[in-house]
Amino acid sequence: MAVISTARKNKNQRHTYSSLNVAKSYPSWFYAPAAIIYAVLFLLPTLLSFFFSLTRWSLFDWQFIGFDNFAQFFSEPFLIQGTLNTVFFAFFTSGTKVVLGMLLAIWLSGAVFAKSYLRAVIFFPVLVSTVGVGITFKALMQPEDGVINASLNFFGIEGPLWLADPGTALFSVALVDVWRGVGIATVIYLAGLAAIPQEYNEAAIVDGAGKLTKFRHITLPLLFPATSTVIILSLIGGLRSFDLIWAMTRGGPGFASDVLASIIFKQYQAGFYGLSTAGNVVLFILVTAIVYPLNRYLNKKEVDY
Amino acid sequence: MKRDTFIFKYLSGIIGIIVTAAIFIVPFVFIFFTAVKDRGQAALREFTLPESFLFFENLIAVIEARDYMLITAFVNSTVLTVASVGGMVIFGAMVAFVLQRRVTRFTGLINALILAGLIIPPAVVPTIWVLQGLNLFKTLHGLIFIEVAFGLAFTILLFRAFISSIPRELDEAAIIDGAGPIKLFFRVIFPLLRSVIATVIILQSITVFNDFQNPLYFLPGDENATVQLTLYNFQSQFNTSFNLLYMNILIITIPMLILFLLFNRRIVSGMTAGAVKG
Repeated sequence: MAVISTARKNKNQRHTYSSLNVAKSYPSWFYAPAAIIYAVLFLLPTLLSFFFSLTRWSLFDWQFIGFDNFAQFFSEPFLIQGTLNTVFFAFFTSGTKVVLGMLLAIWLSGAVFAKSYLRAVIFFPVLVSTVGVGITFKALMQPEDGVINASLNFFGIEGPLWLADPGTALFSVALVDVWRGVGIATVIYLAGLAAIPQEYNEAAIVDGAGKLTKFRHITLPLLFPATSTVIILSLIGGLRSFDLIWAMTRGGPGFASDVLASIIFKQYQAGFYGLSTAGNVVLFILVTAIVYPLNRYLNKKEVDY
Repeated sequence: MKRDTFIFKYLSGIIGIIVTAAIFIVPFVFIFFTAVKDRGQAALREFTLPESFLFFENLIAVIEARDYMLITAFVNSTVLTVASVGGMVIFGAMVAFVLQRRVTRFTGLINALILAGLIIPPAVVPTIWVLQGLNLFKTLHGLIFIEVAFGLAFTILLFRAFISSIPRELDEAAIIDGAGPIKLFFRVIFPLLRSVIATVIILQSITVFNDFQNPLYFLPGDENATVQLTLYNFQSQFNTSFNLLYMNILIITIPMLILFLLFNRRIVSGMTAGAVKG
């Protein structure tokens, strides 16, 4: 991810220091306000979660029970299902946003009639309340009277049951998540395209490269920083996704569309704070195990280009 | 060749308008139609033309519902968004500035912590426990601090990438002219960050204003409702009044729409500077 990889470049700047007093002009106390808020409300709870996930906990009082919470977590089929659902949801939405975002951006960066209108329309869902989007699509996806199946019927296609069918519920929510988030991916790709120097394209045309060759050898590699940004951001968002799933299905029918974030909330509501925190730790491990190595790999590849 | 591109330009544009209308406009038309319907017709949740146009009646009914809860929620959400995004911008820019300009042996650690803040999902119940210990649980200022804490990492990354494109000679000139760190940062650097600040404001305002999960956990209670929680609270109450539920969705979209219209053109330029060029 381009955003993260800049750290490396910093190191090479050391020799550019002048004799000016660096510590005085860039004082450490500039870190203080952010550091205090971040340490107390983010780092501390994260560290505490490792301890409290090993307890039976009522917020006032705790009892150490070892790995019982985790044992329970992985013996309940619906909790395992929720973990798998989380991974599916994140990879499906992330992959789809990469492909659609790139295609839309390439299309909308060329000469197209009503370009700025189309850009605005695609970005607009990003602004709308996620819960509102969930409520709306719940109505649109009604199996009988919903406008989606009504339109499919018009063309003689029998639509799926969407949210009512355990087999398609999670997939339906994932589709709505793509609908809502593809605008961000498109904007990141548009920014990436704008950063490609025009000379490359001109040189390719002079060399007689076709559209596909140009895409394969110029656009795609030079868009790589944008691609890795989209992949990482949407994976992080997808793995912890809660609002949309809660608004549309509350994890149902049954546990068919439960993800880790909704399980954490359900256990919290039920007062199982230790178990809820264990869910948090599982999510932490899952996110870190997927995103951290991927980020390193993408950064390394980015340097190669 | 020229004629082909001309045809492509209009044909793909027009097809695009039709397809996006079906995929992106229909849901919003549905929200608007349902919001002005009477209760009986809205309950069907079908995509039909409204038989009655009850825009103002429904609007007033939503505002009056539950003892003007929506007004309270709007005040809460506005304070929450302005204060927390303001905190992210100022504190985040300060960190990014020093982090980019001054490399010490802690730089690596700080970068790792920022990456952690971006990746790690917040631990819910321990955060509540800490908030309770600080008497910040169920308070609006507590939630403001929470949003700042969760939003800082992404903000700092955007700022740091942008600040690396500001020449260091500018700092040196200001320092030679006798500027101290506060003057250097707030008078010289901060004004140059305008375009990336716009990006941060729009992205983080959307995140905070539309946030449902954090208010749900850290600011429960009707008197503390934020606009997203009004939907949640109304969902059970309005089970039979879908027209009011959709009117609620319509109303709470307006502030972000205004923000979008104000900053629309800056979004791509800010992204270019911040996220991709790096």
